[in-house]
Amino acid sequence: MSGRLELDFSYFPGCSMATTAAESNMSLMKAARILGLNLIELEDWNCCGSSSAQTMCADLGTAMAARNLSLAPPGRPLVAMCPRCLHYLRSVQARLKNDPETRRDLEERWGRPIPLGLEIVHFLEVLVRYAPGRLQQNVKRSLKGLKFVPYYGCTVFRPPSLAREKYYQGEMENVLAILGAQPIVGAYTHRCCGSFLSATDPELVTPLVNEIVDSAVLAEAHCLVTACAMCQLNLEIRCNSMVKLPVFHFSEVLALALGAQDYEGWFARHLVDPRPLLKELALVA
Amino acid sequence: MNPPLPQEKTDGPMPEKTDAPMTIKPGERDRSLAAEVRSRSGTNFNCCFQCRSCGNGCPFIQAMDHPPNVLLRMVQYGMDREVLESETIWVCAGCHTCSSQCPMAIDLAGVMNTLRIMAMERGAAVAKPNILKFHEEVLGSLKRYGRAHKLGIMWRYKLKTRRWFSDMDTGLKMLAKRKLELRPSRVKAIKEIEDLFQHYWRKGK
Repeated sequence: MSGRLELDFSYFPGCSMATTAAESNMSLMKAARILGLNLIELEDWNCCGSSSAQTMCADLGTAMAARNLSLAPPGRPLVAMCPRCLHYLRSVQARLKNDPETRRDLEERWGRPIPLGLEIVHFLEVLVRYAPGRLQQNVKRSLKGLKFVPYYGCTVFRPPSLAREKYYQGEMENVLAILGAQPIVGAYTHRCCGSFLSATDPELVTPLVNEIVDSAVLAEAHCLVTACAMCQLNLEIRCNSMVKLPVFHFSEVLALALGAQDYEGWFARHLVDPRPLLKELALVA
Repeated sequence: MNPPLPQEKTDGPMPEKTDAPMTIKPGERDRSLAAEVRSRSGTNFNCCFQCRSCGNGCPFIQAMDHPPNVLLRMVQYGMDREVLESETIWVCAGCHTCSSQCPMAIDLAGVMNTLRIMAMERGAAVAKPNILKFHEEVLGSLKRYGRAHKLGIMWRYKLKTRRWFSDMDTGLKMLAKRKLELRPSRVKAIKEIEDLFQHYWRKGK
């Protein structure tokens, strides 16, 4: 890392990345370190509010997301990896811009300002905005031969309340193509994975997940790469198709290409083991 | 000129339930439900021309009792009970496929969210009680730890819905892969979270 500028960001992991998708968090940290992107975890963050708080009590959901904003130090962008967290953090920030009363109430409660100008970005955006050159310089293991379906899920696909915000379509393909992988078109890329219905109504979600995975099989992809930790989990646990494809977190494939060696610990946590595929392509030993 | 919209309805009781088919007479229908949903969701759905794009794209349509476009029309007809007690509003996962496909840019997912909140405020019978229980358990976890503890949520959810053996293999596989943490990850300043629950939970404005 000698002689290279380190870029500082605040980082909001969220509940999934901190627990069920720990492998995504570990690989993200690894990739960021290699690229000289310093992701500083937001001190004592809480849940973004999630769909449940937003459904059960919108005011509580607003307050929970706002607390995270109040913890972010000024002067560096706040990065999220989970699309839902990103969505709630951004839409609450937008809501508070138009609701000075609630904002004042919350600020007085905590004695901390809520930064309305704070930039809230997805990690994909950090890559394409700050690090495209660094990607090319740091490829240690070309992903040549890896055919993947970029699976964004529903939420990075622009909820209407954020229609004027950054649009991430195509960014996974852009980044992974730089690293040598081959994006496959013709499969479902934005279909909803079932979200919380995977917990409450699995029999409803399984056929939908099968359709997504089957579409990738038909398109002759080797795997799916997801932008969302919850999608990754649902696509793995709810698929009961004859052919199951490995489902990677975007950060895992990224870190792998950047030369990470500690991948065993990530891939051991997958329900569909991706190691045979990676061995076949000679990407891992 | 459109007729003036009536005053917003406050959290009134649910209308009487009848088995008789509902007759809708144009010009006599009650517009107050539509007015309330419009103002609270910030979405003007009066431009809906029933093209059905929303329902055609919805991944969960087969689990809904009314497609989204029909539900919108029911809101316009003032069918409070049928709307607020529908399965549709609970099955909607908020994936926004409908909202992004609507040629009139109606945010249907936003309307569904408003309808769920209204259903709870008015004490409507919840057509998918297991989904409500799940949301309640997530909220319980947020209150206790400030973060979602999935094992705890699923454990309590199973306890409440008594679905012990459904889906057991998935849970065991996740445990074996250490995807379900035994111990919750916690917020240190949990007092701040408790304080938010105390002040904002269902206080309304």
